[in-house]
Amino acid sequence: MKSILTLSLGTLILASMPLAMAQAGDLRLPKSIEAGAAFSIQSTGSGDATLYIVGPGQVLRRSVQLGETTSFAPGDLHNAGHYLVALAGPSSTQTGAFDVTAAHQPATLSFLAKPSRLPVDLHDGISGVVYVFDAFQNLVLQPAHVSFQLSGVAGTTQTRTILTQDGVAWTKMNSASKEGIAQFVARAGDVADTRVIQQVPGDPCGLRMNARPSGQRLALETEPVRDCSGNPVPDGTIVTFTEAYSGGEATVDVPLKRGVAKTEMPAYDGATISVAAGVVMGNEIRWEKR
Amino acid sequence: MSGRVLAVLLAVVTVALIAVGTLWPVQAALATAGAGSGSDLLRPSSSPQAAVENLATEIARQDWEKAYSSLANKNEFTQADFERDLRGSYPSLRSHSSLESFDARPLHVSADEGQVRLNLRWSSVVGTFLDTRNLQVTKVGERWQVLWPIVKEPRVPPQVIAVNYLRWDVIYRGAEDDWGAQDVEAPHVRIVDMHPVDRGGGVVLLGELLNEDVVPAFVTVKATLLRKDGSPIATEDSFDKISHVLLPRQVTPFLIEFHKVALSQVDSVHMEPSSTLIAASADPVIGIEDQQLNGGPQPSLSGKLRNQSGEIVNVAHVLGTFYDSNGQLIWVSDGYVDRALLPDTPASFTMSVPPDIASKTKTERAVTTAYLSNRFQ
Repeated sequence: MKSILTLSLGTLILASMPLAMAQAGDLRLPKSIEAGAAFSIQSTGSGDATLYIVGPGQVLRRSVQLGETTSFAPGDLHNAGHYLVALAGPSSTQTGAFDVTAAHQPATLSFLAKPSRLPVDLHDGISGVVYVFDAFQNLVLQPAHVSFQLSGVAGTTQTRTILTQDGVAWTKMNSASKEGIAQFVARAGDVADTRVIQQVPGDPCGLRMNARPSGQRLALETEPVRDCSGNPVPDGTIVTFTEAYSGGEATVDVPLKRGVAKTEMPAYDGATISVAAGVVMGNEIRWEKR
Repeated sequence: MSGRVLAVLLAVVTVALIAVGTLWPVQAALATAGAGSGSDLLRPSSSPQAAVENLATEIARQDWEKAYSSLANKNEFTQADFERDLRGSYPSLRSHSSLESFDARPLHVSADEGQVRLNLRWSSVVGTFLDTRNLQVTKVGERWQVLWPIVKEPRVPPQVIAVNYLRWDVIYRGAEDDWGAQDVEAPHVRIVDMHPVDRGGGVVLLGELLNEDVVPAFVTVKATLLRKDGSPIATEDSFDKISHVLLPRQVTPFLIEFHKVALSQVDSVHMEPSSTLIAASADPVIGIEDQQLNGGPQPSLSGKLRNQSGEIVNVAHVLGTFYDSNGQLIWVSDGYVDRALLPDTPASFTMSVPPDIASKTKTERAVTTAYLSNRFQ
């Protein structure tokens, strides 16, 4: 918004001098400068004049002596983009333009890592996108090497080095086979940013339960529930026990606690008891009174 | 001219109706409207029905003292027991409801004894529930008095129940964080079954939603019916025909109703399941026992809920999922339990099932959602 306003203002200033534009003289400008760098502008002629530099989000106005060199200190221009220059003198106006480019040295990274939580053993499940910025938050458009590194408590470290295109680099990584927190680091030059990726167990695998009498009821307990890579399925995961017997049914959703789910259900002779977690079925038990 | 005639006619009819309502008031309506302040609405208990209606009127007014003192068997229980029988001992749907209407129907009457069926319709935020009592009525002198069949709500004996609580808390990204900063991931949920049904002059979407993540989710399902040209016909959501809090790997059925839409108009359906990561607790665990589908002209799914935790559950919502012989989902129904669920104390539930659905049902599954007065679960 600020940039639009500045450009509009600049255009207005320049548009107010149509005659002067027509008399544009020699104004020696740098073709391009790096954001934040010092630079100078050489004009011709003599007398007092006013120098305007209008660019994205920034306008400079200086009183200058024509024919002299006007210097600008480091940091005077810091927004990358195309700048218009107008030197309004007593009898003529000189105009020109130059570009300010982002500094080559990356200073900050915007690192988007998705998802922050995913199941283990997922091919290309993690995506990382990096936007490289200089110290003045200009997107560094020159190609730069960005290295992505995913390392966790288990498994090998995955590393990829990607060249940025138009200031952006992206990659995809696989989740490890062991659950746990992984550090996803993006690095460009001396700058690095880290995201945390939680690798969580996948669907339960080989879900099994046991039954034993408990007074007038039936005590049901699963074996420790693990996924197909052997990771313990986290506590709180719902395990559904269903008991079907002559003329009725009983159901209970039980959260895993300390790796197992346990509950009590009515003990009916000939009842069939099944166990499931989500859409994964476990074993089935037929209960016979002994 | 005709407008004037109509206005006069309406005025006359209104006055006539007011007069009729004042001169011959309906007993139940008067009682539940809170009209009158004392015994002026009560008729002499000169018949079994009058005695029961008087009692119901006092219950509607929540005049527990008068209601209790009118009973023939008050020496068998205290007024507090009587009140607890009707209002519940713990905060529940029943304790937050009011008597909407009642009717009394004599079943048989002799010279000094009778039996009257009293239907009490309690109004609550989730609808009306019916409480039917078969009352014995006895003649004492010239008056009839009701023998109240007290149902003493079980009391949980003082005890310590060790509970290994499991709870998830969430820290979200702060407002001052950079736009690229990571936030907690919304839970991953998936619709595992969905199909539309043409029913009752509208379209009903039935389905099941799975939380396939390791964190709890607050879920909703929104659906938009689309025409052939892709334009929307209507958008609805599942409202209360879903269990909104899903723990990891938990499945909930959902039902979305579109009124006055024909299935033939629908070319496709756009489903929008949404999930939000929420702080939640894995307790209480509620078992569903003796679950059975009852046939007859008014089929129902009934069963008993058993609270396996130590906390008192104030309101329990039961969702029933019905499958045909091919394992296809054919209906979703729901019901509420009007009394609080006490630890390890069975409480009955029932939900109605359309007769055509009941005849096609091969298997059914019920899930519960518990609401506790001190938290939402």
